[in-house]
Amino acid sequence: MSGYDRAITMFSPDGHLFQVEYAQEAVKKGSTAVGVRGNNVVVLGVEKKAVAKLQEDRTVRKICQLDDHVLMAFAGLTADARVLIKQARVECQSHKLTVEDPVTLEYITRYVASLKQRYTQSNGRRPFGISCLITGFDNDKTPRLYQTDPSGTYHEWKANAIGRNAKTVREFLEKNYTPENVATEEQTVKLAIKALLEVVQSGGKNLEVAIMREDSKLSMLEVSEIEKVVAVVEKEKEEEAATKKKESKSESK
Amino acid sequence: MECLVGMQCNDFVMVAADMTAARSILVKKSDHKKYLKLSDKLLMAVTGESGDTNQFSEYVAKNIMLYKMRNGYELSPAAAASFTRRNLAGYLRSRTPYHVNLLVAGYDDESGKPELYYMDYLASMAKLPYASHGYGGSFTTSILDRHFRPDMTRAQAYALMIECVKEVQKRLIINLPNFSVTVIDKEGIVDMEPITQAVIANQATA
Repeated sequence: MSGYDRAITMFSPDGHLFQVEYAQEAVKKGSTAVGVRGNNVVVLGVEKKAVAKLQEDRTVRKICQLDDHVLMAFAGLTADARVLIKQARVECQSHKLTVEDPVTLEYITRYVASLKQRYTQSNGRRPFGISCLITGFDNDKTPRLYQTDPSGTYHEWKANAIGRNAKTVREFLEKNYTPENVATEEQTVKLAIKALLEVVQSGGKNLEVAIMREDSKLSMLEVSEIEKVVAVVEKEKEEEAATKKKESKSESK
Repeated sequence: MECLVGMQCNDFVMVAADMTAARSILVKKSDHKKYLKLSDKLLMAVTGESGDTNQFSEYVAKNIMLYKMRNGYELSPAAAASFTRRNLAGYLRSRTPYHVNLLVAGYDDESGKPELYYMDYLASMAKLPYASHGYGGSFTTSILDRHFRPDMTRAQAYALMIECVKEVQKRLIINLPNFSVTVIDKEGIVDMEPITQAVIANQATA
């Protein structure tokens, strides 16, 4: 292994690009981000990393707007994300300038993914250490959610999570995502927050949630609104636990 | 041949542009919009070399959008006008200068004031209470010198614009039958009724 993980452009004998895999490890160290595609909304939620006492917390922005109708959250190296976001924003406007149409979600995801792939195949550069969740609405008002990773692949998802403990969140989403569960905006937001609460210490202060509606209006939820949903979710959890206890008690009798 | 007129009052800016698109002796269109919305409260009216007008105004519009995406807030009218002028100046001494004359109009939310900037193809810029471009502009400047007051209402400004248009139509050898009128205030950009022959006739009888 030691000979083949130095240069990004070298395959290992068993067909691995180790630098890319190490980049994916870097992503797993980043704070969790979750994306849920609803019927007529898309929701992105991120775990807010605890800030130092003297730090201004509004300078930590993990959900970014690429264009009026495109939103992105990432997990991994923030500085790498900055570079990608800058180029993606320019591409969004450039596309509008040349073809008079806003980018489709697939186009901009493909653009970001191609950028990432280019860095896995050039000399002297390392891959981007971030995975992105790119979401928004196409021109025909269809909601979309895409995920990219450091290798430059991208896929469309109904709901996904990236970063620390992404596996746990994804498993939760697999169990709980149904078309009925995301029929309204309220339900979609609740599902996203509930999924994040699986791995984030409870408290609206630790979450940042962004909603984009089909008229391309973006809104970031206030802490108070998040806390309200968190309270509802926790109450439901308690009630569920209480009924389970009652059932097991009556069984044991 | 083309005519742009703008006036900045206390709480709105009004910009009128003729709607004739012509090539040599042929009038291609008489309902052609010669302005572009740069953002919610910014408008740019452009005349000049056909093609340069579209190219330049769209380029500026997209760059202003990019600024908004990058920084989370929109450029003020003054900053947008500076950016536009700087671009014009940059291209002026290249092999491909843009031959466009502009009026940039906007509402600055921070200062709470509307603003109007005159810019020409040599990249000169002036912030003015009222301005105009084109041969027709020579006539409208006189009218505005005489009758413009900053405390006019929208209706009064529209009536004054009709006077300007009537003068242009009386004295300019080129026929410019229609003028589009747009107003920017703290609510945003609103298209007013274009000044056509019918509107002028109505106003005469009213």
